[in-house]
Parts: sequence; C-alpha cells; structure tokens
Amino acid sequence: MVPRPDVLVFPNADVTPFRRYRLRIALFVACYNDTLFPQTGIAATHVLERLGHTVEFPLAQTCCGQMHYNTGYHCEAVPLVRRFVEIFGNAEAVCVPSASCVAMMREHYEMIAEAENDQAFLADVRSLLPRVFEFSELLVNRLGVEDVGATFPHTVTYHPSCHSLRMLHVGDAPMKLLRAVRGLTCIDLPNKEQCCGFGGTFAVKNADVSAAMLGEKDACVIQTGAEVVTALDNSCLMQIYGGLHRAGSAVRTMHLAEILAFTGAAQ
Amino acid sequence: MSVRVGKTSAAAAFPKAAKSALANDQLRRNVRHATDVIRNKRALRVSEMPDWEQLRDTASAIKAHTLTHLDHYLLEFEHNCQAAGGKVHWARDADEANAIAIGLLQQYANEGLGREVIKVKTMTSDEIQMNVALEHAGFTPIETDLADMIVQMGNDEPSHIVVPALHKNRVEIRDIFRQKMHRDDLTENPEDLADAARRYLRNRFLNVKIGVSGANFLVAESGAVCVVESEGNGRMCVTLPEVLITLVGIEKVVPTFADLEVFLQLLPRSATGERMNPYNSLWTGVTPGDGPRAFHVILLDNGRSKLLHEEIERETLACVRCGACLNACPVYRETGGHAYGSIYSGPIGAILSPQLQSLEHSRSLPYASTLCGACYEVCPVKINIPEILIHLRGRVVREEQKTLGGAFSAENLGMQAAALAFGSTRRYEAAQRVARTGQGLFKHNGQLTGLPGMAGGWTQFRDLRPIPQRSFRDWWKARERSKPTGPAPTTGGAA
Repeated sequence: MVPRPDVLVFPNADVTPFRRYRLRIALFVACYNDTLFPQTGIAATHVLERLGHTVEFPLAQTCCGQMHYNTGYHCEAVPLVRRFVEIFGNAEAVCVPSASCVAMMREHYEMIAEAENDQAFLADVRSLLPRVFEFSELLVNRLGVEDVGATFPHTVTYHPSCHSLRMLHVGDAPMKLLRAVRGLTCIDLPNKEQCCGFGGTFAVKNADVSAAMLGEKDACVIQTGAEVVTALDNSCLMQIYGGLHRAGSAVRTMHLAEILAFTGAAQ
Repeated sequence: MSVRVGKTSAAAAFPKAAKSALANDQLRRNVRHATDVIRNKRALRVSEMPDWEQLRDTASAIKAHTLTHLDHYLLEFEHNCQAAGGKVHWARDADEANAIAIGLLQQYANEGLGREVIKVKTMTSDEIQMNVALEHAGFTPIETDLADMIVQMGNDEPSHIVVPALHKNRVEIRDIFRQKMHRDDLTENPEDLADAARRYLRNRFLNVKIGVSGANFLVAESGAVCVVESEGNGRMCVTLPEVLITLVGIEKVVPTFADLEVFLQLLPRSATGERMNPYNSLWTGVTPGDGPRAFHVILLDNGRSKLLHEEIERETLACVRCGACLNACPVYRETGGHAYGSIYSGPIGAILSPQLQSLEHSRSLPYASTLCGACYEVCPVKINIPEILIHLRGRVVREEQKTLGGAFSAENLGMQAAALAFGSTRRYEAAQRVARTGQGLFKHNGQLTGLPGMAGGWTQFRDLRPIPQRSFRDWWKARERSKPTGPAPTTGGAA
C-alpha cells in the first residue's frame, strides 16, 4: 500500500555516494506547496541533503507572481517579481519543486523588468535566472545525478505537465530519475502530453471545460492501473487528485520529489 | 468605420457557450475524432522534415519583416496587380468590402452575367458575412467547398478554420443533403456523399459566370494571387467564370514568389497533414482567352491595421490560417469551434477576435485557455499564442478595474488581497493561518466541499484535501529550532 502523503516520514540518511558537487541550494518552495503540499518541500529538502548539499530556506519568500501575471494582473505581479529577485539574488542555486513557477520566471521575468524600465532590476533578473532550476532539472542537468538512492516498490505513471514539457523542456530528466528508483515500475501514460485542464484560474473561470479535460486525463491515469501518478507540478496533481477522488479512485498523487525521498530504510 | 467579425449579435461569453457545447456528446465525439485524425497526420508529415524548425524560423522572419513594411508591400502588390490587368479595391471594414463586392456584382448583372456567384472557401468572406450581404442585395452565393456547402445548406456556422463542418458526422451530413438536394435514397457512404455533392456542384461550375475567392497569399513583386485547396473546386472557381472577385485580408501579402517556397511547405503539412496541397492555383491579372476576363481584388483591413503598432499584437497577423492550433488545443477538443462565438475559433480565434473587434464582445476569450502551449508548439509561423493571451488578459483586467463593478468584483478584490498578503512575510503567514482555521466550515468526510465564491467552481467538480495544519515553513522553523546549535548559520543566507 502506498503511504498517505499526509503521514509521510522521510528518512534523512546522512551518508550518500552522490557528492559530485556540494552546493548551497536555496529552496523556493512555491506558495501553494508551502501551504497545501508541505510534504513536497520536505521531500525536496531531504533528497538534496542526502546528496550532500546544504539547503537554505529564506523565510521572507512568498510567491513568484505567476497567478497574478497569468490572470492579467500585471501591475500586481511586479512587486512579487522584485521580491523574489531580491531574496534569491545571491543564491548559489535556487531549487523550485514547481515547473510552472520556473516557467513564469524564464518566460516573463525579463519582459517584466524591461517594461519597468529599471536597468538594475533587469540586470539582477538576468544574473539570477541561470541559477534557477526546477527540481528534476537541478538533479539531472545541473548536478548530473540520476540515481538518488531511492527505493519505492510501487507502480507509477508520469504526467508531463505542460510547463515542464513545453516551456522548460525538461525532456526525459524526470524519467531518468524514476527509472533509477529501486523497485519502481513505470507505466506509460496514454496521451500523456495533453493538458490536465488545470491552467491556474482557468480551473475556476472555465470550471466546466476544465472538468471535461480532467475527465480525459483521469481516464488515462486509471487505464494505466498504476498505484501512483506523479508530476513536477502539484497544481496539476491537485487537479488530477480532485477528479480521481471524486470518482472514487484510489490512485494516489505524489510529486516526483516525494517518490525520490523514499529509501529502503523507510519501508 | 466599424469593425465586425462574423455575426454582429453579441455572442455568449465563452464559459457559458462552452457549457452547452459540452452537453452535446455527439459534437464532442465528432470533434475529438476529427482533431485526432488531423493531428496525427500532421505529426507524421512534420516528422519527415529535417529542417522543420528552420522553416518555421524563416516563415516567422518573413512575416515579421512584411508586417513591419506592410504599407510598402501592399502598394507594390497593387501596382503590379493592376499592371497585369487586375483591379485593386481597398476596404476599411466589412461594410465597405460588401458594398464594393455588391457594386461590382450589380455592374456585371447589368451586363447579363446573372445573379448567382460560385464561391471557394474563404474565412474572410465569413468574417464580413458576405453571404448575408449578397443575399440581401438579391444575389445567390453558392459555396463550392464541400464543408462550406454543408455549413451553408445546414444554415450552420463554421466551427473550424480549415474544416468548417468538422462538428458534423456522415449521418448528419447525409440528412442535410437528403433534405436540400431532395435525395431521399442517399446513404452515408463517403463515396455517395461526394458523388451527390459533385453532381450538385458540376452544373453550377459550368453555368455560373462570377466567382468569389479568398487568397492564401498575395505576391507583392508580381501581383500574383495564390489559393491552395484539396478538392479542385477552387481551381474551377478561379478559372471557369468570366469574372473573379478575390477578397483578402491585408496581412496575406508576401514580398516575393520565392517566399512561397517556405509557406507552401509549412501550410499543407500543418493544415491537413499533406505534403503538398492537391491544388495550388497562382494567377496574375488577366490573360485573354485563359480564365476570367475581369479580375478584382478587395483588400480588407477590418481592424487589422490597428494591430500593427505593437510588436506583440502584430505577431497575430502572421497567421496563415492553417488551423493546427485548433487541432492541438485541449480546450477546442472539448468544446468545438462554436463556443468561441466567432468564425475564428480555437487558440488563434481567442487572440484574433478580441483584437479585431473591441474587447467588449470577446473579453472572455483570452481566458479560454490553460496556457498549455500546445498551440505555440505546432504553429508553423511561431506565433507565441500563450504570450499574446496573457497580454490580452492584462488589457481585460486594466479595463475592468476602471469600472466600478470591475474594481469591486470578487475576483479583483481577491487578487488585491492576495497581492497584499504576498507582499509581506507577516501578512502571508497570517493569511495561511486564517485559511487553515476558516476551512473548518467546509470539511466533509476529510475533503473540502462547497467552497464559496470562485473556489466553488473547483469543488463543483473536484475534491480537495484540507489545508494541512503545518505548513512547510512551520516544519522548517521547527527543525531549525530543534538543531542543537540553534538556527543553522546557513538559513537566510541567500537573502
């Protein structure tokens, strides 16, 4: 049986063979993970520490501005962008366990700074962005790690969220990480590249269409017979869970970091 | 000048229109099937092209260049087209374009060419509702593209840019044909349906004296006009009649004939998954003894020129109307085209309609997308549709905030409150506590249900886990406190 996310306890092993780099990694957990999915931040912290890195969590952090910006509240997003850049400006590397937040930064931060006509702000944005990584990107592309020493003896299907797939182009980084997990069986998700229908405020502004899209996605998830569906965005997983649970399905949703946090010691 | 796109009556907002589309199971099955078929064909044909991305980049560059020098290329086209015996007319909006067309038809009717017109598929004619105007003036427009004919006979509206009757299946088409062609014996076999259409149309091709077409491209350097199509009806419409009138949006001009090399590789693969179109017609002016003896081009603005001054909006005009974004769109897939309340549907419709018209009629359209990016990925001219959608959302919000109702709307107040909370750590943490306490009212069987306001849209269709009692930052603070040496020296070090 897959452990319930709300009672997850991650083993924090001290010894690891994967110390290729030792970084001081600042975690930007994302506001909705902080509030709704704390276990994802906890898991990401454990995985990074297990690999020998130091994790920092600047407590002043709040939101990257994505919700405001994507909904059209552009003026309201600007102070949030400035806030993020100020707080993380000096970080060696920033880890974000939310692909859509990283997409917000890469796709829009420069444009926002340009529109503000503030050269210092723009320079800060340009200097910071290359040091911001989505969680799986950081592990595979920056740290060169695929096997993080995880054991998770369950069947898992992976939903490539739109932002990770088409904006960050994370490619097969998440699959490489999953394939290296001991005991894990990966099942391909049919029609996996189709959006789950979340879309931020789209989910409530166009609730009917969003639910119809979700219906297709959840049918594909159930068709795999997997115990767990995973992704790089808890927002999509919240949507997928919402439909699955309403339909009485027992399939669990877990952020990739949560799967990677499990080691044999925990079972 | 008044810009109109499609029917003038105000369409329902997208969420409402989508709801009725979602209730139509047959429509949804038809749309899913058709878009799946075209999407897969496209993917196959694109995968054959090693230089696909270079072609996209080149097409995007040609369009960007042309649109920044549109005045020059349009005048060059006008000059060369008229030098070759064509006549160019300029129309600021739908009414002017229709008036020009009707004036010409009246003149030719007086010369004895009759009051019937054969038409080859043109979205621009639907944009200006030309058929309605022609009928009103006593002319009979006859659509000759199979799908457009189905739409016209069924008193329907096109639901797709390339395949306007995509929402109809064979049985539905058979019923329309049985009624309009008085063919009670007709079956739903594709061969029989095509045969019926062919017999019906052949007479008209041979007897009607005036043709109306759209155009895929205008070539500035020669004054040539290009139409690509799959059925051959277009070839007949532009060659058999004595008079040809071509209606075309001003954004369709390209500088040189060589530019077509790029677009004629991209367009058919993107639109119908074909390596090339079965019929590629190119003509320049008139030639005695070959084709129409009189040729008119109506260049239509209808709101396009006001998109030219902003770079991000200008990109919209690069569209070649291939419809690939519709076939790729997961929203269009569920609702079909009619929910967009405009003849331009899907992702391109969601950015084009609100920009051509005032936002008033279509302010819900920029929100009819999850910003999933599937449209941008397939667009042969690399229009960054998600970016333009977000840009237009910004305009909607700024305009709404200027009104009293908009400023005090639940959405705006919620967004302002959220912005305030995110602006300070203290307020943000307080908001987290309030949400945790407040949610108690809505907990049922371990899930949040019946949430108020906008969040009700969530719980209407989905469950939601309650907010955990301990946030990530609570966990982090507790862990720091429990460390033997007090707060670790690393925390906060990034600030």
